[in-house]
Amino acid sequence: MDKFGFTISKGRQIDYGSNDKRIAEYIFEKEPSFRLCIECGGCAATCTSGNFTGFSLREINILIKRGENDKVRQSLKKCMLCGKCTLVCPRGVNTRNIVVLAKKAFLKSDEYAI
Amino acid sequence: MNRDVIVIGGGTAGMEAAGQLAKAECKVTLIEKEEEAGGHVRNWCHLFPDRRNSADVVKYLSDLINQKNITFLKGTSVESINKSKKKFHIKTNRGHEMLSDAVVIATGFDLFKSEKKEEYGYGIYNNVITSADLEAMFRSGDLRKQNGEIPGRIGFVHCVGSRDEKSGNLYCSKLCCVTAVKQAIEIREHLPESKVFCFYMDMRMGGAHYEELYMQSQEKYAVNFIRGKVSEVGESINNGLIVKVEDTLAGRPLKMELDMLVLMAGMEMAEGGRKIAGMSGLNTGENRFFAAADNHFGSNISNIKGIFYAGTCTAPMNITETISHARASVTEVMDYLKESNI
Amino acid sequence: MNIEGKRHIWSDYQKEIADDHFFYVRSCIRQSFFPGSEQFFLNLMRNILGKDVYENPGHTTCTGIGYHSDIVPSATIMTVIARHFALMKESGYKNIAISCVTSFGLYTEILDTWKHFPEQLEKTREYLFKATGREFDIPENVAHSSDIIYKFKDLIAQKAKNLLINKITGEPLKIVEHIGCHYAKMFPKSGVGGAEFPHVLSGMIEAWGGNVVDYPERRHCCGFGFRQYLVQANRGYSVSNTAKKFSSMKPFKPDMVLTNCPGCTMFMDKWQYTIKEMEGTSFGDKGESIPVLTYEELAGLVLGYNPWDLGLQYHMVQSEPLLKKLGIEYDNADKFKTKDGKQMPIPQNLINS
Repeated sequence: MDKFGFTISKGRQIDYGSNDKRIAEYIFEKEPSFRLCIECGGCAATCTSGNFTGFSLREINILIKRGENDKVRQSLKKCMLCGKCTLVCPRGVNTRNIVVLAKKAFLKSDEYAI
Repeated sequence: MNRDVIVIGGGTAGMEAAGQLAKAECKVTLIEKEEEAGGHVRNWCHLFPDRRNSADVVKYLSDLINQKNITFLKGTSVESINKSKKKFHIKTNRGHEMLSDAVVIATGFDLFKSEKKEEYGYGIYNNVITSADLEAMFRSGDLRKQNGEIPGRIGFVHCVGSRDEKSGNLYCSKLCCVTAVKQAIEIREHLPESKVFCFYMDMRMGGAHYEELYMQSQEKYAVNFIRGKVSEVGESINNGLIVKVEDTLAGRPLKMELDMLVLMAGMEMAEGGRKIAGMSGLNTGENRFFAAADNHFGSNISNIKGIFYAGTCTAPMNITETISHARASVTEVMDYLKESNI
Repeated sequence: MNIEGKRHIWSDYQKEIADDHFFYVRSCIRQSFFPGSEQFFLNLMRNILGKDVYENPGHTTCTGIGYHSDIVPSATIMTVIARHFALMKESGYKNIAISCVTSFGLYTEILDTWKHFPEQLEKTREYLFKATGREFDIPENVAHSSDIIYKFKDLIAQKAKNLLINKITGEPLKIVEHIGCHYAKMFPKSGVGGAEFPHVLSGMIEAWGGNVVDYPERRHCCGFGFRQYLVQANRGYSVSNTAKKFSSMKPFKPDMVLTNCPGCTMFMDKWQYTIKEMEGTSFGDKGESIPVLTYEELAGLVLGYNPWDLGLQYHMVQSEPLLKKLGIEYDNADKFKTKDGKQMPIPQNLINS
């Protein structure tokens, strides 16, 4: 692998065309308020989990929409479903349901059910 | 010609409409609930985008309504509006009973009551103030914390009561972004040692010369911009204000201690306008402002023939737009009077 | 700080709290960790205030801990809570008094669910009837037991033997109040004073002569967070939240913390010991730790009851520094004796004593 002392990098670009957007589509269908997020970060600012872990619901929202699912799958486990984010969201996004639906969507995609 | 028009509301829109109607030889009664005409602009110090003295605008408007065809009723509010045939019957709290051929509603806006956003602590933490409170400080020339100290770090929270489902206001108040930038610049001029931070969701600098002002605030006045909605405010042992926000561009939660926090209160349909909507059968929209007959070519026209709208009783507007809208309402009134053979 | 601004908010969040005839439901963990609290609540209500408070021996856990750990499904917990309502109906009571904040949050959440989804209510009726043959009514009044003490706080103040004044300095005690998240954060209208500036505990502190400390992380969670605590590998998150909260209140040198939630009392008490062991940090004045009391314990001290009868010795952080400030006399020899005077084993590693 490091025969020559250097590597060939994968690009950093989000490959929007090839990325898997089934998770996003699944949530859009079940929870249309998912579309209303304006990435203001109110949720992440108030989040107890985000204080000590890298959890940010705002980031999860955008990553799912871009199909960058790998990071999301791990991150979702950090949510405690306390719902403080729902209390502050200026767009009335049903944030807690998005976490629940995203978890379901990952399970379903593993089973090729979506 | 002896055509009577009643204008309800003596702020920028009502004064402009009254003045132009009088020029067109209508007999105008201008009704204002406060003891003085001028509306919100009276409380402002300087105006965006060119930072002119707001007293200039008040003087222009006051001169305009100082005409023989205008009767100005101060400290007066409307109790009822009824239409029979082509005449409007209006009663006031001070016992006036008036007849008119047309009515212009110019009831304007109220500032969002910032104490409703409990998590920001307005009315509780001494140095949490509103944009209007800051203007009053600019007018007095004395920009201090409540204990008399000079503030070193000042924050602005954009979108307080605007674009916020929790406040019941989904719309953008449109003027707060540019007002925050203007006020941030003014703070830096008053207090060159200070540091100023604007917490915003989106910078909406869509008006003429707004973007230039924004750039100036960065380049010349070193105003800092942090993209994130403030989630809560607390008080430190030194009476500093601890602000919590996600720095969305850095992707991490952020806290900051400030000496003063300015809440950019949004615009809401005025209480007075809501009463009039209730008593007259005028339509209001989901945003509670009066609903105009057409968004493009009927923004002064109401659902009742002979009643017209001027200014921010229909939507948030800046002063330029308010004056244009008020002038347009006069065109509509004159067309109506002519077409109705009044 | 402008207290008028807070009063303005409080006036928007006044809830109706019944005056008498309560069906009392206990907490699972308070009886073990703060055993004097519920006992003193009953004593206060029945013998001092002359109220009718009834306990039904058939009452069980609400299963809240299981529910929040993803073990108990929602249909089950609804049926368990419906069974408590059935016991209440059978005993002829309409006002429920709930000792635990987790339970209170669940009762509130379930009642709200039933309001929005009446089919869930009908299903629950069916499950309960099939399983037990019981029927139930929705309570007329739902109060947390701290709501009830809040309601009678002025009566308690009239009978006070020890106001919350530092007898050494003559100054009011500086008290941190901490409300359980499930008391008002889910449904601000269900808590006295709302979620942002709750009044239920601060009202007691004011009425009994103390000063409330408003510090930056006042709204932050105590650190319990069921799943964070229940899984050992996650406990670091729990204790980190507690450390964050105590670090934020430390500069204010609070004399004590007052809580209304079993989890908060337990974790704010016991994690102080853990943090001290792990990092050597303590958060009170002069290297002491901060006593964490329940509202019943504090009411008991105010009314002049013996601290050992109130169970203060069963906390990890001992209350002696607080008792000295309050000028309360106590006998250390009695601290770990049973009612009939037998010596119990004395716990090791208690802090502040």
